[in-house]
Amino acid sequence: MTDRPLIYPNELPRPAGELEALQAAWKLPRGWRILSAVNNTVIGYFYIGTALLFFLLAGVLALLMRLQLAVPSNTFLSVETYNQIFTMHGTVMMFLFAVPAVEAMGILLLPQMLGARDQPFPRLGAYAFWAYCIGGLIFFGTLFFDLAPSGGWFMYPPLTGSEYSPGMGADFWLLGIGFIEISAIAGAIEIIVGILRTRAPGMTLARMPVFAWTMLVFAGMIVFAFPAVILATIMLELERAFGMPFFIAEKGGDALLWQHLFWFFGHPEVYIIFLPAAGMVSMIVATMAGVPLVAYSLIVVALIGTGFFSFGLWVHHMFTTGIPPLALGLFSAASMAVAVPSGIQVFAWIGTIAAGRLKFNTPALFVLGFLFIFTLGGLTGVMVAMVPFDWQVHDTYFVVAHFHYVLVGGMVFPLFAAFYYWAPAFSRTQLSEQLGRWAFWLMFAGFNIAFLPMHLTGLLGMPRRVYTYPADVGWDELNLVSSAGAFLFALGVLVFLLDAVRNLRPSLTETAGNIWKAGTLDWINNELYGLRSVPIVTSRDPVWDQPGLEDDIEAGRYYLPFTYSGGRETIVTATMDARPDYLLRLPGPGWTPILAALFTAAFFMLLTAKFVTVAFICGILAVTMMLVWMWGSDPAPLPPVDIGKLVVPTYRSGPDSHSWWAMVIIILVAASLYLSFVFGYVYLWTVTPQFWPSPDALPAISKPLTAAALILASSLLLFVGGRWLGQKLGLSVMLLLAALAMWGAIALTLESLWRSGFRPFDDGPSAMAYLALILQAQLALPLTVMAGFTLARQLTGKLDPVRRNVYDNLALLWHYAGAQALLGLALVHGFPRMVG
Amino acid sequence: MRHVPTGLIVLFAGLLAGCQAEQSALAPHGDQATEIAKLAWLLFAMAGAVLAIVLAAVALALHAPDRVRKRLAGSPAVIVGGIAFPVVVLTFLLVYGLSLTASESRGGTADLRVEVTGEQWWWRIAYPGQNGESIRSANEIRVPVGANVEFVLKTADVIHAFWVPSLGGKVDMVPGRTNRLTLRAEREGIYRGQCAEYCGGPHAWMGLTVVAMPAADFADWLEAEAATSLTPADDGAWAGRELFLGAGCGGCHTVRGTNAAGSIGPDLTHFGSRRSVGVDTLPLSPENIARFIEDGQHIKPGNRMPPFRIFSGTELAQLSNYLAGLK
Repeated sequence: MTDRPLIYPNELPRPAGELEALQAAWKLPRGWRILSAVNNTVIGYFYIGTALLFFLLAGVLALLMRLQLAVPSNTFLSVETYNQIFTMHGTVMMFLFAVPAVEAMGILLLPQMLGARDQPFPRLGAYAFWAYCIGGLIFFGTLFFDLAPSGGWFMYPPLTGSEYSPGMGADFWLLGIGFIEISAIAGAIEIIVGILRTRAPGMTLARMPVFAWTMLVFAGMIVFAFPAVILATIMLELERAFGMPFFIAEKGGDALLWQHLFWFFGHPEVYIIFLPAAGMVSMIVATMAGVPLVAYSLIVVALIGTGFFSFGLWVHHMFTTGIPPLALGLFSAASMAVAVPSGIQVFAWIGTIAAGRLKFNTPALFVLGFLFIFTLGGLTGVMVAMVPFDWQVHDTYFVVAHFHYVLVGGMVFPLFAAFYYWAPAFSRTQLSEQLGRWAFWLMFAGFNIAFLPMHLTGLLGMPRRVYTYPADVGWDELNLVSSAGAFLFALGVLVFLLDAVRNLRPSLTETAGNIWKAGTLDWINNELYGLRSVPIVTSRDPVWDQPGLEDDIEAGRYYLPFTYSGGRETIVTATMDARPDYLLRLPGPGWTPILAALFTAAFFMLLTAKFVTVAFICGILAVTMMLVWMWGSDPAPLPPVDIGKLVVPTYRSGPDSHSWWAMVIIILVAASLYLSFVFGYVYLWTVTPQFWPSPDALPAISKPLTAAALILASSLLLFVGGRWLGQKLGLSVMLLLAALAMWGAIALTLESLWRSGFRPFDDGPSAMAYLALILQAQLALPLTVMAGFTLARQLTGKLDPVRRNVYDNLALLWHYAGAQALLGLALVHGFPRMVG
Repeated sequence: MRHVPTGLIVLFAGLLAGCQAEQSALAPHGDQATEIAKLAWLLFAMAGAVLAIVLAAVALALHAPDRVRKRLAGSPAVIVGGIAFPVVVLTFLLVYGLSLTASESRGGTADLRVEVTGEQWWWRIAYPGQNGESIRSANEIRVPVGANVEFVLKTADVIHAFWVPSLGGKVDMVPGRTNRLTLRAEREGIYRGQCAEYCGGPHAWMGLTVVAMPAADFADWLEAEAATSLTPADDGAWAGRELFLGAGCGGCHTVRGTNAAGSIGPDLTHFGSRRSVGVDTLPLSPENIARFIEDGQHIKPGNRMPPFRIFSGTELAQLSNYLAGLK
């Protein structure tokens, strides 16, 4: 407990009209125009609603499967339908429910929890949501046209290659999911920059709520994990569409390469889903026990540790593929080590419960249910990390039971706890305690009745992904029980829905408020603009420890109780110590994000359906929409502003700018993708050496050296151009020459490969060499568009030595692309020479 | 089950009712399966203990006197419960698990080598024969009891996994690779296996049978299996043979000793001596053979054999009698 501050940033009374101006700047678009909203609260509602819709849809698929499996030799569903349904169940639950649901909670809660007025890139957030919503609905719709993928959510080739899956289903998976992952990455960028740069003054990293820590680790893991599967989907789609044989053994590809890339993403994915849920649990436990979280620092260390370890476990999905025992041992050890951070969190929660007095309400019940289910799931996780045990239970119902305990226990139960917990912060009334208890006990009982027997079903030899089973093997009763449990669980979800319909009254102005007596900023009255004034935070639980905080915030005594420019604004603070840095002007409602999302979705889906021309028109429209919205960003600097006895600038460039951080994260994404490619290249060399080109078959060394010189020249030209910001001719010429040099290097490398007789569809190594170029072009295309944009800004006088973020961000990505191209050249032209 | 402490047997007696089936990791009949079952019971016991400790800690945190709760509520308790405790348990398990992995990966010297190739959705099988030739069969593997049998595992198309739970763990069959798995059946019996890696379509019906028999019987059987097909015993069967060859069945199937030499589908030279039709979907009988020929797409939907509805009732009976007679 600290005392009330003696001096506040702003004096009372506040001038007349100040609040009205703030409200006007953050006004919600009326009626159907709400679709143009970009504010995090509105987008957050939509986001959670959509994620919940996909949870219900994928849940219905699960019930259909349980009906089919209730009795042996059932013919309720055909083979093909069942195969599509189990593929969609897994895919939708993982990509369209679990990740978006926790991302949505982040978008909705983080600005409130951190004391920001909004996310730092509202339009990007809106775009990410709409892309996911539109793309996801179309993807799910393929089920109704018998066009859904049927290769499993893991999509192992060669089963999913064009030979064994000739239909469009696999393409819908590859392009649809690839695209939704891009949306997840966009959300992750938003979340990272939001957490690192828009925390309330004084909220140092050590004072940040644990939920924000989990979202930071979550978003960081997305940045490093998702690119691997994006690369894999690009490769498989290239194989399917153009015959580049990345995964075809007889042509020097390898089916296991997919599995490595997929699980390098797939295992972190589990923690990507679990960590934010654990963060929600940490928030709820502390509130319901009425005491600060025990062992906060240990929990933060555990979160970061989990993030790291989770990237070293992927091979434990491949213990039966014939991998040598030494590798098995390493990955087995890593898989067990990851249990330790979870142990820390479990005992920290238990310690927190012990430190206070737990209120036995619905959120607490869901948390206790989570503790039981998740612990059991963790224990079976240790079992499957034991290699010989895994040889038996891998791909059986034991594993189905295990990961449902981890995912439903570790994510769905906390999410429902969160719904009951945070509803009063967003709704006029809280959800019903009575219905909540019914929902909990039905879900808890149903879940265990459904999934506990599956452990045994698996040990009795029942494999996964079977659409039916024979009667005489001894699985009949167990399956019937599981099916009954599944319906009981569904009944619990129905009770929740009933509760939501009856009691959830979302409101942006009047909410039930802090009924649990929680200690964090998200419980202080939040309008669309967030808090009335942005407080100075001196504690981890400011509402508990800073007396009068709520009243002072509401009275406008803290920072920025007004709008300076007349538009939306938030305070950007320093990464570590959250000292106010500058005033960020934020965009208001607009149609470009939703339109861009619509056209992006159309581009990918039409491309899948092979309407190439229309697809590309939509693609160009999508880019146009983005350019339109980007044109309005990077506004001209205004005079510095006094936000409350503190004068801050309204414009920053370089590492001080929030946009610089976003670009650095984009570069990390691109680098992860490229490193996955480098891994794939070297990996293929180790497994198919007989297909490797001999050094003398490669293009003469002068070719890649010339290309390298062009790349260096391109970067140099761009750098020199940066010296001439504001001089129209100089920068224009430099941009043009730099772009020419960049494309020249690509063209030269392409020509030299082709002339030397390499064809992308001949064999794995050749396909890889061309893939390096494709990945380079994938950067060169947006860079060219960005260069054109920079040129346009220059010619219209929107770029000068001060107002330079557009150029700086272009230069960052440009130099990165050059470095990546050099690495590619060294790999494709140097590596075979070095080892051959 | 022999290695399991009596207490556990009593405890799990109810559950174990289902474990007597021939496809269960908990009813081991081979060395590897026995070792893994031992490990499994150890893991269950430890998991049970850990779960009990965690639940007890939760109960104490909720209801214990303040003195006890104060002890739970601090970093030291988190370090003991969340770090020290799991590290000790996990280290023990890891050492045990790794040594078992190493010993089971070695396999030992092979007394017999059987090549199994996964196909959508059946198993091509080859035993070593005279003069380096192999003896071809399908879907049912016979092995001598007590022999170390090395399974050489390949695939002709997509990824499959070879798994006979009562004998040991599973190993994937990956394109372009050859994996090996050594199993030893401890006693006579019929053990069911199944493809464990999703391979599309009727993956659910890609069953497999392993028959473990005394070494002498196995030698006799292998000799018979190496021989060409039996000459039909009666006129009906002769007519069936003509129908088989006339209808083009030989385009996909081989019956050694006839013109039928197709290699797309299972070898039928000694089909009548196997236990099932349609890769473990129906018990072998002339009636079931007839059903599969006419209506295989309902019995095993999606399988590669098109329905043959060109035969009259008599013809179908003759054809299936001929096939059932291929002992």
